Amino acid sequence: MNRFNQLYAWLMLLPALVLLLAFTHIPALTTLWHSLFFPARGRNPSEFAGLENYRSMLDDAVFWQAFHNNLWYAIGTVPTSMALALAMALWVNSKISGRAALRLAYFTPTMLPMIAVANIWLFFYTPEIGLFNKILNSVGLTGINWLGDPNWALISLMLMTIWKESGFFMIFYLAALQSLNKDIYAAAAVENASPLYVFRRITLPLLMPTTLFVLVNAVLNAFKLVDHLFILTKGGPNNATNLLLYYIYENAFSFFDSNYAAALTLVLLILLILLAVVQFLLVERRIHYR
Amino acid sequence: MMPTFTRTLSFTAAWALGLAWIFPLLYAFWAAFHPSEYATRFDLLAPLTLEHFVTAWQQAPFMRYMFNTMMITGLILSFQLVLCTLAGYALARMPFKGRSLLFGLVLLQLMIVPEILIVENYRTLAKLELIDTWLGVGLPYMASAFGIFLLRQTFKTVPQELEDAARLEGCSWLGVLWKVYVPLAKPTYLAFGLVSVSHHWNNFLWPLVVTNTTNSRPLTVGMAIFGAPESGVDWPVICAGTLIAIGPLLIVFLIFQRRFLQSFMHAGLK
Repeated sequence: MNRFNQLYAWLMLLPALVLLLAFTHIPALTTLWHSLFFPARGRNPSEFAGLENYRSMLDDAVFWQAFHNNLWYAIGTVPTSMALALAMALWVNSKISGRAALRLAYFTPTMLPMIAVANIWLFFYTPEIGLFNKILNSVGLTGINWLGDPNWALISLMLMTIWKESGFFMIFYLAALQSLNKDIYAAAAVENASPLYVFRRITLPLLMPTTLFVLVNAVLNAFKLVDHLFILTKGGPNNATNLLLYYIYENAFSFFDSNYAAALTLVLLILLILLAVVQFLLVERRIHYR
Repeated sequence: MMPTFTRTLSFTAAWALGLAWIFPLLYAFWAAFHPSEYATRFDLLAPLTLEHFVTAWQQAPFMRYMFNTMMITGLILSFQLVLCTLAGYALARMPFKGRSLLFGLVLLQLMIVPEILIVENYRTLAKLELIDTWLGVGLPYMASAFGIFLLRQTFKTVPQELEDAARLEGCSWLGVLWKVYVPLAKPTYLAFGLVSVSHHWNNFLWPLVVTNTTNSRPLTVGMAIFGAPESGVDWPVICAGTLIAIGPLLIVFLIFQRRFLQSFMHAGLK
Protein backbone atom coordinates (compact mmCIF):
# COMPACT_ATOMS: atom_id res chain seq x y z
CA MET A 1 0.00 0.00 0.00
CA ASN A 2 2.71 2.43 1.00
CA ARG A 3 4.72 1.65 -2.11
CA PHE A 4 1.58 2.21 -4.15
CA ASN A 5 1.15 5.64 -2.57
CA GLN A 6 4.70 6.58 -3.40
CA LEU A 7 4.14 5.67 -7.01
CA TYR A 8 0.93 7.66 -7.03
CA ALA A 9 2.65 10.74 -5.67
CA TRP A 10 5.35 10.55 -8.32
CA LEU A 11 2.77 10.12 -11.06
CA MET A 12 0.95 13.24 -9.93
CA LEU A 13 4.17 15.23 -9.90
CA LEU A 14 5.47 13.84 -13.16
CA PRO A 15 3.90 16.20 -15.74
CA ALA A 16 4.90 19.34 -13.88
CA LEU A 17 8.32 17.92 -13.11
CA VAL A 18 9.08 17.03 -16.72
CA LEU A 19 8.23 20.56 -17.89
CA LEU A 20 10.13 22.20 -15.05
CA LEU A 21 13.22 20.15 -15.78
CA ALA A 22 12.92 20.66 -19.54
CA PHE A 23 12.57 24.44 -19.43
CA THR A 24 14.34 25.50 -16.26
CA HIS A 25 16.85 23.09 -14.78
CA ILE A 26 18.23 21.37 -17.85
CA PRO A 27 18.57 24.61 -19.85
CA ALA A 28 20.43 26.14 -16.93
CA LEU A 29 22.92 23.27 -17.19
CA THR A 30 23.15 23.18 -20.99
CA THR A 31 23.83 26.93 -20.86
CA LEU A 32 27.12 26.05 -19.18
CA TRP A 33 27.84 23.33 -21.75
CA HIS A 34 27.07 25.46 -24.80
CA SER A 35 29.10 28.35 -23.46
CA LEU A 36 32.20 26.16 -23.88
CA PHE A 37 31.89 26.02 -27.68
CA PHE A 38 32.41 28.28 -30.68
CA PRO A 39 29.35 28.80 -32.85
CA ALA A 40 29.01 26.56 -35.90
CA ARG A 41 29.94 28.49 -39.04
CA GLY A 42 28.56 27.26 -42.34
CA ARG A 43 29.09 23.51 -42.59
CA ASN A 44 31.72 23.28 -39.89
CA PRO A 45 30.37 21.84 -36.66
CA SER A 46 30.92 23.91 -33.57
CA GLU A 47 34.37 23.57 -32.09
CA PHE A 48 35.26 23.18 -28.43
CA ALA A 49 36.33 26.57 -27.13
CA GLY A 50 37.12 25.94 -23.50
CA LEU A 51 36.87 29.21 -21.63
CA GLU A 52 37.49 31.28 -24.75
CA ASN A 53 33.98 32.81 -24.67
CA TYR A 54 34.57 33.97 -21.12
CA ARG A 55 37.95 35.39 -22.04
CA SER A 56 36.44 37.47 -24.83
CA MET A 57 33.73 38.57 -22.41
CA LEU A 58 36.43 40.10 -20.19
CA ASP A 59 37.66 42.12 -23.19
CA ASP A 60 34.16 42.97 -24.38
CA ALA A 61 33.56 46.64 -23.62
CA VAL A 62 29.87 46.33 -24.47
CA PHE A 63 29.42 43.53 -21.93
CA TRP A 64 30.98 45.65 -19.18
CA GLN A 65 28.86 48.60 -20.20
CA ALA A 66 25.68 46.50 -20.10
CA PHE A 67 26.78 45.11 -16.74
CA HIS A 68 27.33 48.57 -15.29
CA ASN A 69 24.14 49.89 -16.83
CA ASN A 70 22.19 47.04 -15.29
CA LEU A 71 23.63 47.67 -11.83
CA TRP A 72 22.84 51.39 -12.08
CA TYR A 73 19.43 50.58 -13.46
CA ALA A 74 18.71 48.37 -10.44
CA ILE A 75 20.11 50.94 -8.00
CA GLY A 76 18.13 53.68 -9.71
CA THR A 77 14.79 51.90 -9.84
CA VAL A 78 14.53 49.44 -6.93
CA PRO A 79 14.80 51.67 -3.81
CA THR A 80 12.73 54.49 -5.32
CA SER A 81 9.89 52.31 -6.50
CA MET A 82 9.87 50.43 -3.18
CA ALA A 83 9.70 53.66 -1.19
CA LEU A 84 6.92 54.96 -3.43
CA ALA A 85 5.12 51.62 -3.15
CA LEU A 86 5.21 51.82 0.64
CA ALA A 87 3.96 55.42 0.62
CA MET A 88 1.15 54.47 -1.75
CA ALA A 89 0.15 51.50 0.40
CA LEU A 90 0.09 53.67 3.54
CA TRP A 91 -2.06 56.27 1.82
CA VAL A 92 -4.47 53.79 0.34
CA ASN A 93 -4.71 51.99 3.68
CA SER A 94 -5.50 55.22 5.57
CA LYS A 95 -8.77 57.13 5.67
CA ILE A 96 -7.80 59.47 2.84
CA SER A 97 -10.68 60.78 0.71
CA GLY A 98 -11.15 59.06 -2.64
CA ARG A 99 -8.91 56.18 -1.73
CA ALA A 100 -10.61 53.73 -4.11
CA ALA A 101 -9.84 56.06 -7.01
CA LEU A 102 -6.27 56.53 -5.77
CA ARG A 103 -5.76 52.79 -5.50
CA LEU A 104 -6.99 52.36 -9.05
CA ALA A 105 -4.70 55.14 -10.33
CA TYR A 106 -1.65 53.63 -8.63
CA PHE A 107 -2.37 50.10 -9.78
CA THR A 108 -3.40 50.69 -13.42
CA PRO A 109 0.16 50.87 -14.86
CA THR A 110 0.68 47.32 -13.55
CA MET A 111 -2.05 46.02 -15.82
CA LEU A 112 -0.53 47.53 -18.98
CA PRO A 113 2.04 45.64 -21.01
CA MET A 114 5.52 47.22 -20.95
CA ILE A 115 5.35 47.51 -24.75
CA ALA A 116 2.17 49.60 -24.57
CA VAL A 117 3.70 51.79 -21.88
CA ALA A 118 6.82 52.31 -23.98
CA ASN A 119 4.72 53.21 -27.03
CA ILE A 120 2.97 55.89 -25.02
CA TRP A 121 6.04 57.22 -23.23
CA LEU A 122 8.05 57.35 -26.45
CA PHE A 123 6.05 60.41 -27.37
CA PHE A 124 6.62 62.08 -24.00
CA TYR A 125 10.34 61.78 -24.61
CA THR A 126 10.35 63.02 -28.24
CA PRO A 127 12.84 65.94 -28.52
CA GLU A 128 10.92 68.71 -30.33
CA ILE A 129 7.25 68.02 -29.82
CA GLY A 130 7.39 65.69 -26.81
CA LEU A 131 5.38 66.51 -23.74
CA PHE A 132 8.27 66.66 -21.25
CA ASN A 133 10.22 69.17 -23.32
CA LYS A 134 7.10 71.28 -23.86
CA ILE A 135 6.73 71.46 -20.10
CA LEU A 136 10.42 72.34 -19.67
CA ASN A 137 10.17 75.01 -22.39
CA SER A 138 7.08 76.52 -20.83
CA VAL A 139 9.01 77.25 -17.62
CA GLY A 140 11.91 78.66 -19.62
CA LEU A 141 14.28 75.65 -19.54
CA THR A 142 15.88 74.17 -22.62
CA GLY A 143 14.61 70.76 -23.59
CA ILE A 144 16.53 67.53 -23.01
CA ASN A 145 17.18 64.91 -25.65
CA TRP A 146 15.77 62.28 -23.29
CA LEU A 147 16.46 59.14 -25.27
CA GLY A 148 19.18 60.43 -27.60
CA ASP A 149 21.59 61.83 -25.03
CA PRO A 150 23.78 59.08 -23.52
CA ASN A 151 23.75 60.91 -20.17
CA TRP A 152 19.97 60.97 -20.00
CA ALA A 153 18.80 57.83 -21.82
CA LEU A 154 19.22 55.40 -18.92
CA ILE A 155 17.64 57.88 -16.51
CA SER A 156 14.66 58.20 -18.85
CA LEU A 157 14.22 54.44 -18.82
CA MET A 158 14.44 54.43 -15.02
CA LEU A 159 11.73 57.08 -14.69
CA MET A 160 9.34 55.04 -16.79
CA THR A 161 10.17 51.81 -14.96
CA ILE A 162 9.51 53.40 -11.57
CA TRP A 163 6.15 54.59 -12.85
CA LYS A 164 5.33 51.12 -14.15
CA GLU A 165 6.44 49.07 -11.15
CA SER A 166 5.55 51.01 -8.00
CA GLY A 167 1.86 50.16 -8.10
CA PHE A 168 2.65 46.47 -8.40
CA PHE A 169 4.86 46.53 -5.28
CA MET A 170 2.21 48.60 -3.49
CA ILE A 171 -0.09 45.57 -3.61
CA PHE A 172 2.27 43.49 -1.49
CA TYR A 173 2.66 46.23 1.12
CA LEU A 174 -1.07 46.80 1.15
CA ALA A 175 -1.78 43.10 1.72
CA ALA A 176 0.73 43.07 4.58
CA LEU A 177 -0.63 46.27 6.14
CA GLN A 178 -4.16 44.89 6.16
CA SER A 179 -3.07 41.74 7.93
CA LEU A 180 -1.20 43.57 10.74
CA ASN A 181 -2.48 43.11 14.26
CA LYS A 182 -4.61 46.11 15.32
CA ASP A 183 -3.97 45.66 19.07
CA ILE A 184 -0.40 46.85 18.87
CA TYR A 185 -1.61 50.12 17.28
CA ALA A 186 -4.21 50.54 20.02
CA ALA A 187 -1.44 50.10 22.58
CA ALA A 188 0.69 52.69 20.79
CA ALA A 189 -2.27 55.11 20.83
CA VAL A 190 -2.66 54.63 24.58
CA GLU A 191 1.03 55.46 25.00
CA ASN A 192 0.46 58.60 22.88
CA ALA A 193 3.19 57.64 20.42
CA SER A 194 3.70 60.03 17.50
CA PRO A 195 2.75 58.79 14.01
CA LEU A 196 6.38 58.90 12.92
CA TYR A 197 7.42 56.86 15.96
CA VAL A 198 4.70 54.29 15.29
CA PHE A 199 5.80 54.03 11.69
CA ARG A 200 9.50 53.63 12.51
CA ARG A 201 9.14 51.37 15.52
CA ILE A 202 6.09 49.28 14.69
CA THR A 203 4.98 49.37 11.06
CA LEU A 204 8.37 49.26 9.38
CA PRO A 205 9.79 46.34 11.40
CA LEU A 206 6.57 44.36 11.01
CA LEU A 207 6.75 44.91 7.25
CA MET A 208 10.30 43.57 7.07
CA PRO A 209 9.38 40.16 5.59
CA THR A 210 7.32 41.92 2.91
CA THR A 211 10.23 44.22 2.21
CA LEU A 212 12.49 41.22 1.68
CA PHE A 213 9.98 39.66 -0.67
CA VAL A 214 9.47 42.86 -2.66
CA LEU A 215 13.21 43.51 -2.77
CA VAL A 216 13.96 40.11 -4.27
CA ASN A 217 11.22 40.56 -6.85
CA ALA A 218 12.22 44.12 -7.68
CA VAL A 219 15.86 43.20 -8.25
CA LEU A 220 14.84 40.21 -10.32
CA ASN A 221 12.63 42.48 -12.43
CA ALA A 222 15.47 44.96 -12.94
CA PHE A 223 17.40 42.15 -14.63
CA LYS A 224 14.67 40.27 -16.46
CA LEU A 225 12.47 43.07 -17.80
CA VAL A 226 13.93 44.59 -20.97
CA ASP A 227 10.79 44.85 -23.15
CA HIS A 228 10.85 48.65 -23.22
CA LEU A 229 14.33 48.72 -24.77
CA PHE A 230 12.92 47.26 -27.96
CA ILE A 231 10.72 50.32 -28.40
CA LEU A 232 12.54 53.18 -26.73
CA THR A 233 16.27 52.87 -27.35
CA LYS A 234 17.30 49.44 -28.70
CA GLY A 235 20.11 49.63 -26.17
CA GLY A 236 21.47 52.86 -27.65
CA PRO A 237 22.64 55.53 -28.04
CA ASN A 238 26.01 53.79 -28.34
CA ASN A 239 24.99 51.11 -25.80
CA ALA A 240 24.25 53.71 -23.11
CA THR A 241 21.07 51.82 -22.20
CA ASN A 242 22.07 48.26 -23.07
CA LEU A 243 21.10 45.83 -20.30
CA LEU A 244 22.37 42.26 -19.82
CA LEU A 245 19.30 40.38 -20.98
CA TYR A 246 18.94 42.64 -24.01
CA TYR A 247 22.60 42.05 -24.86
CA ILE A 248 21.97 38.31 -24.56
CA TYR A 249 19.07 38.66 -26.97
CA GLU A 250 21.20 40.69 -29.40
CA ASN A 251 23.98 38.12 -29.38
CA ALA A 252 21.69 35.15 -29.83
CA PHE A 253 19.17 36.51 -32.31
CA SER A 254 20.85 39.45 -34.09
CA PHE A 255 24.54 38.42 -34.15
CA PHE A 256 23.71 34.68 -34.22
CA ASP A 257 26.34 33.77 -31.65
CA SER A 258 24.27 31.66 -29.30
CA ASN A 259 27.39 30.28 -27.62
CA TYR A 260 28.57 33.68 -26.48
CA ALA A 261 24.97 34.39 -25.50
CA ALA A 262 25.06 31.23 -23.38
CA ALA A 263 28.18 32.44 -21.61
CA LEU A 264 26.45 35.76 -20.92
CA THR A 265 23.34 33.93 -19.67
CA LEU A 266 25.44 31.97 -17.20
CA VAL A 267 26.91 35.20 -15.83
CA LEU A 268 23.42 36.63 -15.42
CA LEU A 269 22.21 33.45 -13.67
CA ILE A 270 25.10 33.45 -11.21
CA LEU A 271 24.61 37.17 -10.59
CA LEU A 272 20.94 36.68 -9.75
CA ILE A 273 21.56 33.74 -7.44
CA LEU A 274 24.31 35.66 -5.61
CA LEU A 275 22.08 38.72 -5.24
CA ALA A 276 19.27 36.59 -3.84
CA VAL A 277 21.56 34.97 -1.27
CA VAL A 278 23.07 38.30 -0.19
CA GLN A 279 19.69 39.99 0.14
CA PHE A 280 18.29 37.10 2.06
CA LEU A 281 21.16 37.04 4.54
CA LEU A 282 21.08 40.81 5.04
CA VAL A 283 17.39 41.15 5.64
CA GLU A 284 17.13 37.91 7.63
CA ARG A 285 19.66 39.29 10.10
CA ARG A 286 17.70 42.50 10.56
CA ILE A 287 14.47 40.63 11.18
CA HIS A 288 16.06 38.56 13.91
CA TYR A 289 17.58 41.52 15.71
CA ARG A 290 14.22 43.18 16.18
CA MET B 1 -4.25 62.49 15.30
CA MET B 2 -1.99 64.06 12.74
CA PRO B 3 -1.82 67.86 12.76
CA THR B 4 -3.97 69.43 10.03
CA PHE B 5 -0.98 70.80 8.16
CA THR B 6 0.73 67.43 7.79
CA ARG B 7 -2.57 65.88 6.78
CA THR B 8 -3.16 68.39 4.02
CA LEU B 9 0.40 67.92 2.82
CA SER B 10 0.02 64.16 2.80
CA PHE B 11 -3.32 64.40 1.01
CA THR B 12 -1.87 66.68 -1.68
CA ALA B 13 1.15 64.43 -2.21
CA ALA B 14 -1.02 61.33 -2.48
CA TRP B 15 -3.23 62.90 -5.11
CA ALA B 16 -0.37 64.51 -7.03
CA LEU B 17 1.18 61.07 -7.30
CA GLY B 18 -2.15 59.53 -8.25
CA LEU B 19 -2.66 62.04 -11.07
CA ALA B 20 0.89 61.53 -12.30
CA TRP B 21 0.26 57.78 -12.35
CA ILE B 22 -2.98 57.89 -14.32
CA PHE B 23 -1.96 60.78 -16.60
CA PRO B 24 -0.06 58.86 -19.34
CA LEU B 25 -3.03 56.59 -19.98
CA LEU B 26 -5.47 59.51 -20.08
CA TYR B 27 -3.12 61.31 -22.43
CA ALA B 28 -3.07 58.30 -24.75
CA PHE B 29 -6.88 58.38 -24.79
CA TRP B 30 -6.86 62.09 -25.56
CA ALA B 31 -4.43 61.68 -28.47
CA ALA B 32 -6.22 58.66 -29.89
CA PHE B 33 -9.66 60.27 -29.96
CA HIS B 34 -8.71 63.70 -31.34
CA PRO B 35 -7.32 64.86 -34.72
CA SER B 36 -3.51 64.80 -34.93
CA GLU B 37 -3.12 68.57 -34.56
CA TYR B 38 -4.52 68.34 -31.02
CA ALA B 39 -1.92 65.77 -29.90
CA THR B 40 -0.01 68.50 -28.07
CA ARG B 41 -2.68 71.15 -27.78
CA PHE B 42 -5.34 70.99 -25.15
CA ASP B 43 -8.75 72.27 -26.05
CA LEU B 44 -11.87 70.99 -24.36
CA LEU B 45 -13.85 71.72 -27.52
CA ALA B 46 -11.53 69.74 -29.82
CA PRO B 47 -13.59 67.56 -32.14
CA LEU B 48 -13.69 63.85 -31.42
CA THR B 49 -12.70 61.42 -34.14
CA LEU B 50 -12.25 57.71 -34.69
CA GLU B 51 -9.98 58.09 -37.72
CA HIS B 52 -6.87 56.95 -35.82
CA PHE B 53 -8.60 53.75 -34.79
CA VAL B 54 -9.64 53.09 -38.38
CA THR B 55 -6.08 53.69 -39.63
CA ALA B 56 -4.56 51.51 -36.92
CA TRP B 57 -7.06 48.73 -37.55
CA GLN B 58 -6.22 48.74 -41.26
CA GLN B 59 -2.45 48.72 -40.74
CA ALA B 60 -2.13 45.67 -38.50
CA PRO B 61 -4.09 42.40 -38.13
CA PHE B 62 -5.26 43.14 -34.59
CA MET B 63 -8.01 40.53 -34.69
CA ARG B 64 -5.52 37.81 -35.48
CA TYR B 65 -3.10 39.03 -32.78
CA MET B 66 -5.89 39.12 -30.23
CA PHE B 67 -7.01 35.63 -31.18
CA ASN B 68 -3.42 34.37 -30.78
CA THR B 69 -3.06 36.07 -27.40
CA MET B 70 -6.33 34.56 -26.20
CA MET B 71 -5.35 31.09 -27.35
CA ILE B 72 -1.89 31.34 -25.77
CA THR B 73 -3.10 32.65 -22.41
CA GLY B 74 -5.95 30.13 -22.40
CA LEU B 75 -3.63 27.26 -23.23
CA ILE B 76 -1.12 28.26 -20.55
CA LEU B 77 -3.79 28.76 -17.88
CA SER B 78 -5.60 25.47 -18.48
CA PHE B 79 -2.37 23.45 -18.37
CA GLN B 80 -1.18 25.39 -15.32
CA LEU B 81 -4.39 24.69 -13.41
CA VAL B 82 -4.17 20.93 -13.97
CA LEU B 83 -0.43 20.49 -13.54
CA CYS B 84 -0.12 22.76 -10.51
CA THR B 85 -3.11 21.17 -8.78
CA LEU B 86 -1.65 17.67 -9.10
CA ALA B 87 1.85 18.73 -8.11
CA GLY B 88 0.65 21.04 -5.32
CA TYR B 89 -1.44 18.28 -3.80
CA ALA B 90 1.35 15.70 -3.98
CA LEU B 91 3.74 18.13 -2.31
CA ALA B 92 1.23 19.17 0.36
CA ARG B 93 -0.36 15.90 1.42
CA MET B 94 1.34 12.81 0.01
CA PRO B 95 4.28 11.50 2.01
CA PHE B 96 7.03 10.18 -0.25
CA LYS B 97 10.79 10.02 -0.31
CA GLY B 98 12.58 13.12 -1.61
CA ARG B 99 9.62 15.43 -1.14
CA SER B 100 11.54 18.37 0.28
CA LEU B 101 14.24 18.02 -2.35
CA LEU B 102 11.61 18.14 -5.07
CA PHE B 103 9.96 21.14 -3.46
CA GLY B 104 13.34 22.87 -3.47
CA LEU B 105 13.74 22.12 -7.18
CA VAL B 106 10.32 23.67 -7.82
CA LEU B 107 11.14 26.80 -5.83
CA LEU B 108 14.36 27.24 -7.80
CA GLN B 109 12.21 28.30 -10.76
CA LEU B 110 11.07 31.37 -8.83
CA MET B 111 14.68 32.56 -9.07
CA ILE B 112 15.78 31.11 -12.42
CA VAL B 113 12.84 32.40 -14.43
CA PRO B 114 12.26 31.12 -17.97
CA GLU B 115 12.69 34.67 -19.29
CA ILE B 116 16.42 34.50 -18.72
CA LEU B 117 16.86 31.16 -20.46
CA ILE B 118 15.57 32.31 -23.87
CA VAL B 119 18.66 31.09 -25.72
CA GLU B 120 18.51 27.47 -24.54
CA ASN B 121 14.72 27.27 -24.57
CA TYR B 122 14.74 28.46 -28.18
CA ARG B 123 17.12 25.59 -29.02
CA THR B 124 14.76 23.11 -27.34
CA LEU B 125 11.72 24.47 -29.13
CA ALA B 126 13.51 24.34 -32.47
CA LYS B 127 14.33 20.66 -31.86
CA LEU B 128 10.68 19.98 -31.02
CA GLU B 129 9.69 21.88 -34.20
CA LEU B 130 7.39 24.08 -32.17
CA ILE B 131 8.71 27.46 -33.30
CA ASP B 132 5.91 29.83 -34.28
CA THR B 133 3.12 27.86 -32.58
CA TRP B 134 0.85 28.68 -29.64
CA LEU B 135 2.09 25.60 -27.84
CA GLY B 136 5.68 26.79 -28.30
CA VAL B 137 4.93 30.14 -26.69
CA GLY B 138 3.15 28.44 -23.80
CA LEU B 139 5.28 25.42 -23.03
CA PRO B 140 7.98 26.96 -20.79
CA TYR B 141 5.32 28.51 -18.53
CA MET B 142 2.96 25.58 -18.05
CA ALA B 143 4.59 24.14 -14.95
CA SER B 144 4.51 27.33 -12.89
CA ALA B 145 6.52 27.15 -9.67
CA PHE B 146 4.46 30.06 -8.40
CA GLY B 147 1.23 28.14 -9.00
CA ILE B 148 2.52 24.95 -7.41
CA PHE B 149 3.73 26.88 -4.37
CA LEU B 150 0.48 28.81 -4.02
CA LEU B 151 -1.70 25.69 -4.23
CA ARG B 152 0.53 23.69 -1.92
CA GLN B 153 0.22 26.40 0.74
CA THR B 154 -3.56 26.47 0.31
CA PHE B 155 -3.98 22.67 0.37
CA LYS B 156 -1.94 22.52 3.57
CA THR B 157 -4.58 24.62 5.36
CA VAL B 158 -7.38 22.16 4.52
CA PRO B 159 -8.22 20.16 7.69
CA GLN B 160 -6.97 16.56 7.47
CA GLU B 161 -10.29 15.34 8.99
CA LEU B 162 -12.15 16.37 5.83
CA GLU B 163 -9.88 14.20 3.75
CA ASP B 164 -10.15 11.27 6.18
CA ALA B 165 -13.95 11.49 6.14
CA ALA B 166 -14.05 11.49 2.35
CA ARG B 167 -11.62 8.57 2.31
CA LEU B 168 -13.90 6.59 4.66
CA GLU B 169 -16.71 7.03 2.18
CA GLY B 170 -14.54 5.37 -0.42
CA CYS B 171 -13.08 8.32 -2.32
CA SER B 172 -9.84 7.71 -4.24
CA TRP B 173 -6.86 10.08 -4.13
CA LEU B 174 -8.11 11.90 -7.17
CA GLY B 175 -11.68 11.86 -5.84
CA VAL B 176 -10.56 13.49 -2.60
CA LEU B 177 -8.58 16.07 -4.53
CA TRP B 178 -11.49 16.91 -6.80
CA LYS B 179 -14.30 16.87 -4.22
CA VAL B 180 -12.57 18.26 -1.12
CA TYR B 181 -9.44 20.24 -1.99
CA VAL B 182 -10.31 21.96 -5.26
CA PRO B 183 -13.63 23.47 -4.06
CA LEU B 184 -11.98 24.76 -0.88
CA ALA B 185 -9.16 26.40 -2.83
CA LYS B 186 -11.45 28.45 -5.12
CA PRO B 187 -10.15 31.87 -3.98
CA THR B 188 -6.59 30.73 -4.66
CA TYR B 189 -7.53 29.47 -8.12
CA LEU B 190 -9.17 32.79 -8.91
CA ALA B 191 -6.17 34.73 -7.63
CA PHE B 192 -3.69 32.61 -9.52
CA GLY B 193 -5.82 32.70 -12.67
CA LEU B 194 -6.04 36.48 -12.76
CA VAL B 195 -2.34 36.94 -12.04
CA SER B 196 -1.41 34.37 -14.67
CA VAL B 197 -3.68 35.79 -17.37
CA SER B 198 -2.51 39.35 -16.85
CA HIS B 199 1.11 38.21 -16.86
CA HIS B 200 0.87 36.22 -20.07
CA TRP B 201 -1.39 38.69 -21.83
CA ASN B 202 1.40 41.23 -21.33
CA ASN B 203 4.41 38.98 -21.87
CA PHE B 204 6.73 40.04 -24.69
CA LEU B 205 10.32 38.82 -24.88
CA TRP B 206 9.77 35.07 -25.15
CA PRO B 207 6.87 35.39 -27.65
CA LEU B 208 9.07 37.74 -29.69
CA VAL B 209 11.78 35.07 -29.82
CA VAL B 210 9.59 32.09 -30.75
CA THR B 211 7.07 33.64 -33.12
CA ASN B 212 7.83 34.58 -36.73
CA THR B 213 4.52 35.21 -38.41
CA THR B 214 0.96 36.26 -37.68
CA ASN B 215 0.21 32.53 -37.22
CA SER B 216 1.13 32.75 -33.57
CA ARG B 217 2.25 36.33 -32.91
CA PRO B 218 0.50 37.76 -29.83
CA LEU B 219 -0.69 41.34 -29.30
CA THR B 220 2.42 42.57 -27.51
CA VAL B 221 4.72 41.51 -30.34
CA GLY B 222 2.29 42.87 -32.92
CA MET B 223 2.14 46.12 -30.99
CA ALA B 224 5.93 46.40 -30.93
CA ILE B 225 6.18 45.94 -34.71
CA PHE B 226 3.36 48.39 -35.24
CA GLY B 227 4.75 51.02 -32.88
CA ALA B 228 8.45 50.74 -33.76
CA PRO B 229 9.79 54.19 -34.72
CA GLU B 230 11.10 52.86 -38.05
CA SER B 231 7.58 51.90 -39.13
CA GLY B 232 6.94 55.65 -39.36
CA VAL B 233 3.40 55.59 -38.01
CA ASP B 234 1.86 58.74 -36.57
CA TRP B 235 1.89 58.87 -32.78
CA PRO B 236 -1.91 59.25 -32.35
CA VAL B 237 -2.32 56.16 -34.55
CA ILE B 238 0.14 54.28 -32.36
CA CYS B 239 -1.92 55.35 -29.35
CA ALA B 240 -5.08 54.10 -31.01
CA GLY B 241 -3.42 50.76 -31.84
CA THR B 242 -2.07 50.46 -28.32
CA LEU B 243 -5.52 51.13 -26.89
CA ILE B 244 -7.05 48.48 -29.16
CA ALA B 245 -4.45 46.02 -27.92
CA ILE B 246 -4.77 46.76 -24.20
CA GLY B 247 -8.51 47.42 -24.40
CA PRO B 248 -9.95 43.98 -23.59
CA LEU B 249 -7.79 43.35 -20.52
CA LEU B 250 -8.15 46.94 -19.34
CA ILE B 251 -11.96 46.82 -19.58
CA VAL B 252 -12.14 43.51 -17.71
CA PHE B 253 -9.79 44.95 -15.12
CA LEU B 254 -11.85 48.12 -14.65
CA ILE B 255 -15.09 46.15 -14.23
CA PHE B 256 -13.63 43.62 -11.80
CA GLN B 257 -10.94 45.82 -10.27
CA ARG B 258 -11.86 44.89 -6.70
CA ARG B 259 -11.51 41.20 -7.58
CA PHE B 260 -8.21 41.83 -9.36
CA LEU B 261 -6.72 43.77 -6.47
CA GLN B 262 -7.88 41.20 -3.93
CA SER B 263 -6.46 38.42 -6.08
CA PHE B 264 -3.07 40.08 -6.44
CA MET B 265 -3.02 40.67 -2.69
CA HIS B 266 -4.08 37.10 -1.98
CA ALA B 267 -1.31 35.80 -4.24
CA GLY B 268 1.22 38.15 -2.68
CA LEU B 269 0.48 37.17 0.92
CA LYS B 270 1.50 33.54 0.58
